[in-house]
Amino acid sequence: MSVASDLIDRPREEGRLRLAEWQLALPLSLAFAALFLAPLLLLGATSFFNDEKITQPGFASWTKFFGDPFNYKVILDTLLLGLKTVCATVVIGYPVALVYIDLPARLQKVLIFIIVMPMLLSVVVRTFAWIVVLGREGVVNQLLLWLGVISEPLRLLQTELGLVISLTQIEMPLMLLPLISVMSRLDPNLRDASAALGASRWRTLFTVIVPLSMPGLVAGCLLVFASSTTAFISQTVIGGVRLIYLPLVIWQQSLVVYNWPLAAVASLSLVVSVLSVIAALSYLGRRSSRHLHG
Amino acid sequence: MQALAPTPQQVAPAGRTLDVDNLTVRYGSAVAVDGVSLAIEPGEVVALLGPSGCGKTTLLRVIAGFVRQAGGRVLVDGAGIDHLPANQRNVGIVFQNYALFPHMTVAENVAHGLRARGQRGAAVGQRVERMLAMVQLGAFRERLPRQLSGGQQQRVALARALAVEPSILLLDEPFAALDRNLRLDMQIEVKRLQRQLGLTTILVTHDQDEAMSVADRIAVMNKGKVEQFDTPVAIYDRPQTLFVNGFIGTTNLLPGKVMAVMSDTATVALQAGATLRLPAPQGIAAGSSVILSVRPEQLVLSPVATAESWPIEPGLSLPLGPQLVLEARATCGTALKIVEPRRRIPTEVQRRFCALAPDARPSLFPRSTPSATE
Repeated sequence: MSVASDLIDRPREEGRLRLAEWQLALPLSLAFAALFLAPLLLLGATSFFNDEKITQPGFASWTKFFGDPFNYKVILDTLLLGLKTVCATVVIGYPVALVYIDLPARLQKVLIFIIVMPMLLSVVVRTFAWIVVLGREGVVNQLLLWLGVISEPLRLLQTELGLVISLTQIEMPLMLLPLISVMSRLDPNLRDASAALGASRWRTLFTVIVPLSMPGLVAGCLLVFASSTTAFISQTVIGGVRLIYLPLVIWQQSLVVYNWPLAAVASLSLVVSVLSVIAALSYLGRRSSRHLHG
Repeated sequence: MQALAPTPQQVAPAGRTLDVDNLTVRYGSAVAVDGVSLAIEPGEVVALLGPSGCGKTTLLRVIAGFVRQAGGRVLVDGAGIDHLPANQRNVGIVFQNYALFPHMTVAENVAHGLRARGQRGAAVGQRVERMLAMVQLGAFRERLPRQLSGGQQQRVALARALAVEPSILLLDEPFAALDRNLRLDMQIEVKRLQRQLGLTTILVTHDQDEAMSVADRIAVMNKGKVEQFDTPVAIYDRPQTLFVNGFIGTTNLLPGKVMAVMSDTATVALQAGATLRLPAPQGIAAGSSVILSVRPEQLVLSPVATAESWPIEPGLSLPLGPQLVLEARATCGTALKIVEPRRRIPTEVQRRFCALAPDARPSLFPRSTPSATE
């Protein structure tokens, strides 16, 4: 009898459960609509005004922004900065993740703490710390001078190299956390199986571990790219006025020049260009991880 | 050995000998494998049998080269392989979870080892086809592992391990994840392929029935040591230690005391109330406490008391297929299990006494910790 009532009850219960789950997502959806979608629509509307007072509708802000070749260079520089930071975090982060999965559990906890620790500090503090490290009298220059590698201090602040170095450190947790979470779920027997079949460590790395860690790698790249292209504080404090990226243009137009329509155009350009790179990356990621999800 | 008439097994291409010589493995201060030595003949299937944590899987992983030993050697055909990394040992291994590469098709999985050995082009494809035909999975070559059933995945794992013509085949609990009926089919299949290729094989298992049915010899392991290394029949009939005796099959343990030892016969007084004359093992002296181990099917019931039978208090009787399992209790409190053929259902009166069957092969073990009552 209980079996029969189970059979009758179950579909109804599942239906109720599905309804309840949908309702659980409702508050967040409303919050997103109110706090994310509405401002975006407002931004879109603002961009279609010609004057700074937002009184004359028109396309003048769009034609002004995209009529200036300087702005194309800014967009390109911003995307390149993101790509360079992504490359640096992958090159440094992937070996760290490989080391992590081989460590005993106790040391894994220590390494995770070291990885997460920078996130416990404000970006402002970390950025100013990099000024101390990279400055003319900074740690890097003094060390290189003492070693005799260079004869006069290198210029690292207000250069793209210095910015990429500091962004690499600042964004590293965003690369490592998804990468480690995917890689530590890999079956350790896979590496042993590959080795027993005669594969060298490098062959196992490139034919087994890298393809299987793709979802984590793609997620890490997306996060680092989105975060570094929009890292206004680091870009302006370390890059200074010599390096101009889209967030700085937006800040200048909105809070210095008070040309909100132009700031809106710049903002939308940033959103669209970053999102299109992210869409391309996640498309590649989905293709490479199709085998992992049934 | 060569002088013997060749059996069908010996016609197969000769396998390699595998010698494990005084092998010790430590994890920190814990000893996982403790001075294990095994000499395995070419083409033989040896089961490492024991409870979890007994060191059987660690021993397998040392042979495969995944774990370094603290001491001792592993030799294939008399040559040490300890200095070789896992990818140069030419050892085929099938894992309990099969460890198929989830992002590769069945054919790519099988080809992985061949490509790793530098084989290219049509030769790889032909070899893959041959291996897949051997395990009857030719039609599944483009499937991904997750699109296969457990049994099919295991056959792919086997084909992948065998494709590179390993000198030794290692099976790590390969049947544990399969359901009962499929397990028997796969045991037969693995045994068939192993015979056909004459491969020296080590099977790690905690399932005694599996070890009994698949292996030529069984090494029963406990706490990192091999307790007994012998044929399945010898292990069942002549267990050398109380652990082997208890781990293989079910048994009744009856405490007693040795009254006298004459040449190789001991007179034992059981606490249950009988006096038996039994073949005495080494190191048993008069006056020592012993445990008599006897299989349930080697006990018989009787209606009359004799010097060699003891009174029992019968409990439940459970008909299990062709047999009847009787639970009983001796006067000393020891619980007994007695198995009788079902055609002879004993009446209540017939269940008053219990004795050894005429063909019983009981084992006598010294009792390490005498109880307070003695």
